[in-house]
Amino acid sequence: MENKLIVSLSPHVHGGDSVQKNMYGVLIALIPAFLVSLYFFGLGALIVTATSVAACLFFEWAIGKYLLKKPTTTICDGSAIITGVLLAFNLPSNLPIWIIILGALFAIGVGKMSFGGLGCNPFNPALAGRVFLLLSFPVQMTSWPVVGQLTAYTDATTGATPLALMKQAIHAADKSAAMDALNRIPDALSLLIGQNGGCLGEVSALALLLGLVYMLWKKIITWHIPVSILATVFIFAGIMHLADPEKYVSPVLQLLSGGLMLGAVFMATDYVTSPMSKKGMLIYGVCIGLLTVVIRLFGAYPEGMSFAILIMNAFTPLINTYCKPKRFGEVAKKK
Amino acid sequence: MLKTFSIGGVHPHENKLSAHQPIITAEVPAKAVILLGQHIGAPAKPIVAKGDVVKVGTKIAEPAGFVSAAIHSSVSGKVAKIDTIVDASGYAKPAIFIDVEGDEWEETIDRSTTLVKECELSTEEIVKKIADAGIVGLGGACFPTQVKLCPPPSFKAECVIINAVECEPYLTADHQLMLEHAEEIMVGVSILMKAVKVNKAFIGIENNKPDAIELMTKVASGYAGIEVVPLKVKYPQGGEKQLIDAITKRQVASGALPISTGAVVQNVGTAFAVYEAVQKNKPLFERVITVTGKSVAKPSNFLARIGTPMKQLIDACGGLPEDTGKVIGGGPMMGKALVNIEVPTAKGSSGILIMNRKEAKRGEAQTCIRCAKCVSACPMGLEPYLLGALSENGDFETMEKERIMDCIECGSCQFTCPANRPLLDYCRLGKGKVGAMIRARQAKK
Repeated sequence: MENKLIVSLSPHVHGGDSVQKNMYGVLIALIPAFLVSLYFFGLGALIVTATSVAACLFFEWAIGKYLLKKPTTTICDGSAIITGVLLAFNLPSNLPIWIIILGALFAIGVGKMSFGGLGCNPFNPALAGRVFLLLSFPVQMTSWPVVGQLTAYTDATTGATPLALMKQAIHAADKSAAMDALNRIPDALSLLIGQNGGCLGEVSALALLLGLVYMLWKKIITWHIPVSILATVFIFAGIMHLADPEKYVSPVLQLLSGGLMLGAVFMATDYVTSPMSKKGMLIYGVCIGLLTVVIRLFGAYPEGMSFAILIMNAFTPLINTYCKPKRFGEVAKKK
Repeated sequence: MLKTFSIGGVHPHENKLSAHQPIITAEVPAKAVILLGQHIGAPAKPIVAKGDVVKVGTKIAEPAGFVSAAIHSSVSGKVAKIDTIVDASGYAKPAIFIDVEGDEWEETIDRSTTLVKECELSTEEIVKKIADAGIVGLGGACFPTQVKLCPPPSFKAECVIINAVECEPYLTADHQLMLEHAEEIMVGVSILMKAVKVNKAFIGIENNKPDAIELMTKVASGYAGIEVVPLKVKYPQGGEKQLIDAITKRQVASGALPISTGAVVQNVGTAFAVYEAVQKNKPLFERVITVTGKSVAKPSNFLARIGTPMKQLIDACGGLPEDTGKVIGGGPMMGKALVNIEVPTAKGSSGILIMNRKEAKRGEAQTCIRCAKCVSACPMGLEPYLLGALSENGDFETMEKERIMDCIECGSCQFTCPANRPLLDYCRLGKGKVGAMIRARQAKK
């Protein structure tokens, strides 16, 4: 029969958006932060990121092919690259290669593929990998190279991060020790640009914010999660600072240091593990902000961002069940 | 700030290829096939038999029930048979086949083009004339107009809203109708206002038709109580609930009738048909149809008799292109893919869209990545990702709780899904099943 027509249900057009477009969009948004980390950590940043991405891609391919026996490989969708980059961004730039590979195996193997791959994982794979490493290799994971050693890798000189200094101030024996620690914290401007130790991707708040602007412009994410996290941290940390400025640093420093910006912009906004409704996103963001400050100020660890996000990942299904989007017609009923 | 509806929505490419193409009167077909079910509700009952001679405008079928509509012959000639034919839905449906001889119109129809402004008829007389003319909503839903003009007594109409949004991409029939028949439309709107006893009417037009907004605003100034409301371009603004929300900021509650907001919504084409029926005694037997597509030689707007085979209109635009993959009755967002192009036009045929093979292909569905873009796009505030998953798993009870029956099947979710998931297919399946569950429950009571 000639002129066979395709018959399918409406809609007959598609907006042209795709999983790849979103994933590669996130990768583009990660470029400024990567460039800054290269600038400050040089060779170490390059080795850690390259190892992490390569290992994540390999495990995604190998597990998909040999364990899950998927007919096509999923490494081209870009999500494994993102996991690789984000995992690297959450590691110190002097971490030995074998530890990075272990982290990638946990992130992709346990965090993602064991649940069925992209879209099915309850926890952010990169964060699962990071926390696994943090708990397994606490020494290697918390020795941070000082910025500016461009050719050093595992032999880099390490130093205290701003967050560690904040923790010191909180637990200081007397007032002068607290003041001493606080005085060693860099000022807000250098934190914004990135002149301080820490994981390689989190050093420059400015570069991360550039990424946020790009993702908002390309409509990859909405403002709800990052803004609610940052606002909550600012308000909560601000109240604590006002209550005891000698113990708790100003909220601006809290916002600009550690993994907060990286977490708020790139980790908490992970599609798969964050809530679906706008209301849910706001609740999720506020809770992450609260948990982060609680862990930072009162917990054992200097940084709480990754724990806060993972904890809230676990609550995401519950939030989805109880936070429904605003239904059409509900406004009218109240009147 | 231009007005628009408050929740969700998407922006498909407009592709109004046939914009500003003057309305061409299509040739009368040699054989007309007039479907008996061209409206929502019971199909009409034929009142002619094989061999009967009919004229243009002769009533050939009576409404069969309250929600139903009369049907008139669009041609003159002899009834050849009453049989079934595959319609736009893909199912065989009963229809009256007429062999055309000449073009003789019923004498009662005023065929002059002079504008008749004054209407002395009472409300009841107007509604009766509209019912006798077989007018249905011409936006596509084809709800019998007289039913909409007689709301249940517990509701009070406060305003008429004219849907001149034409938010479907490609379609330009309403746009061109406004440019060519603005005065007639205004008289039609005035008659509709009289029919529901209100003194306020809003005509909603999207901002991508500035010439129509300007002309209609100018013409409306000569009529009492009619206001043209320019709207921000956003799909599905032509949805009845979305349009009421955009213009009056009132939202129809779940399961309630649109009239509960006090608004009676009519399509702009319907207003024109009302003018012709009431002022010119002309039943609804022809309408403006857009024939368009990227590969179509000459995208056009036709005034075509109802029952014309779509093939004839496509041929008038340069024929079916070589690379045709899909032919759609209606627009690309909500239209129905046709099984063949011999399907006759009906009262609800607003357009014929021809897509090439590349456009016609759906992308391969992937796993949901939970990006929540469908939740942002849904104009009813539903969660298409969830409804899709529930439907896939056959959990229709939960689907009902998740308000699947609120779905207006606009397709915004599927349009926006990066993973190419067939979300609306799943929602339709669920709607069908849940609808049957609800009916079964009511039957038990």
